[in-house]
Amino acid sequence: MGLTVLLIGTRKGLLIARSTDDRKTWSTDDFQFMNQEVYSVAADLRRETPRILAGVGTGHWGPLLTYSDDLGNSWSEPAEPPIGFPAGTDAAVARVWQIQPSTAQEPDVVYAGVEPHALFRSEDGGKSFALVEGLWRHPHRSEWMPGGGGACLHTVLPHPTDPDDVLVVMSAAGVYRTRDGGETWSPANRGIQAAFLPEDRRFPEFGQCVHKVAFHPSRPDRLYAQNHFGVYRSDDRGDSWTAIESGLPSNFGFSLVMHPTRPETLYSFPLKADAERFPPDAKCRVYRTENAGVSWEPLSEGLPKDPYYAAVLRDSMVADASDPAGIYFGTRLGEVYASRDDGDSWTMIAKHLPDVLSVRVAQVA
Amino acid sequence: MTSRLLLPAALRRYAGDQAEVEISGGTLGAALDELAQRNPQLERKLRDERGELRPHVLLFVDGVSVRTGAAMETPVPDGAEVFVAPAVSGG
Repeated sequence: MGLTVLLIGTRKGLLIARSTDDRKTWSTDDFQFMNQEVYSVAADLRRETPRILAGVGTGHWGPLLTYSDDLGNSWSEPAEPPIGFPAGTDAAVARVWQIQPSTAQEPDVVYAGVEPHALFRSEDGGKSFALVEGLWRHPHRSEWMPGGGGACLHTVLPHPTDPDDVLVVMSAAGVYRTRDGGETWSPANRGIQAAFLPEDRRFPEFGQCVHKVAFHPSRPDRLYAQNHFGVYRSDDRGDSWTAIESGLPSNFGFSLVMHPTRPETLYSFPLKADAERFPPDAKCRVYRTENAGVSWEPLSEGLPKDPYYAAVLRDSMVADASDPAGIYFGTRLGEVYASRDDGDSWTMIAKHLPDVLSVRVAQVA
Repeated sequence: MTSRLLLPAALRRYAGDQAEVEISGGTLGAALDELAQRNPQLERKLRDERGELRPHVLLFVDGVSVRTGAAMETPVPDGAEVFVAPAVSGG
């Protein structure tokens, strides 16, 4: 039976939970990077030896991008700082929000999304990164606003078969897409609202606060977006978007996760509103659609029944590669829940942590 | 000219577990530029990639905070002590 490693980034460290019995039980006593925020973590399973990468905020000493080739037992920090803006940009990396291994076609390519809004690309597996200049030079950049969490590029979505086709998502700038390997970028927000703008300007070309975008690798032209008010689907890889909110208790939230093998199944943890970032009716519930957003159903078996006031952040929910799938989420109350039956039922596997910022999973033989 | 950069515990692993490293340069900026050549990991903990002192890092040259003085132009005379202090912050 294989090993499942759950990487739980929190405000004050990284908890590495491990299961060797098909996710029935977990060891949760390996807490690392004490007192340092772990906003981003990734498991790169394309390599012969799986690599875990972590974007760590070291407080006084700035951001750190580090990696482990032994599933988190030890970490390496390159002698040369691996990520930083080049001279002349007058910018400094404040936080690494996203680490995204690219596709199997380019096994040494890893992307990093940072604050301030920028994309970096590594061609050595994450040991060193270079600024993607095409996005940095974008004429819209001076108009991109920060989201509530900062001026972040928080989502990177490489096309599974076309390395030149990459989507990024920024708060509050929206979705941008390149089809030429990062040289030029176009906004891809048509149909997504910016509810915080004046009424006659609510569908701009860019400037939306899109919180998360996801797609299934078997169907890369069909995208799903959780927006700052609005849940959307695009069937043309971002050229246009339509709302898919029927059955959801609210259209606000951060996380959006695809089922690993069913391209029409995805998961959300809705929140009531931007001014009330709590589960609707204070009920801790995951919502699942099995028909690409036509309808949604609440999932609550095993989740707390008491009034629940914690949010789930954009990278704090994830699915593993099994079928039935394991679905995992961590909350800002420092609790982590896991399902090993596609979300039908849940078990708490960790509690009393600092608030959870990022969750990723690796399954190895 | 050589001076001593005195490190807090959190940074000593970037200096071979030593509590201090030698630096050289007529000014603080020059000394940190030279440190960046020898030990870029350590230097980046003190300054960002623009060469600006990180917001929560305090440096004292012979007991005087560089934030209230000449910043990177602060003279670092031969034999000076440059003390690195993480500002008290966080929660």
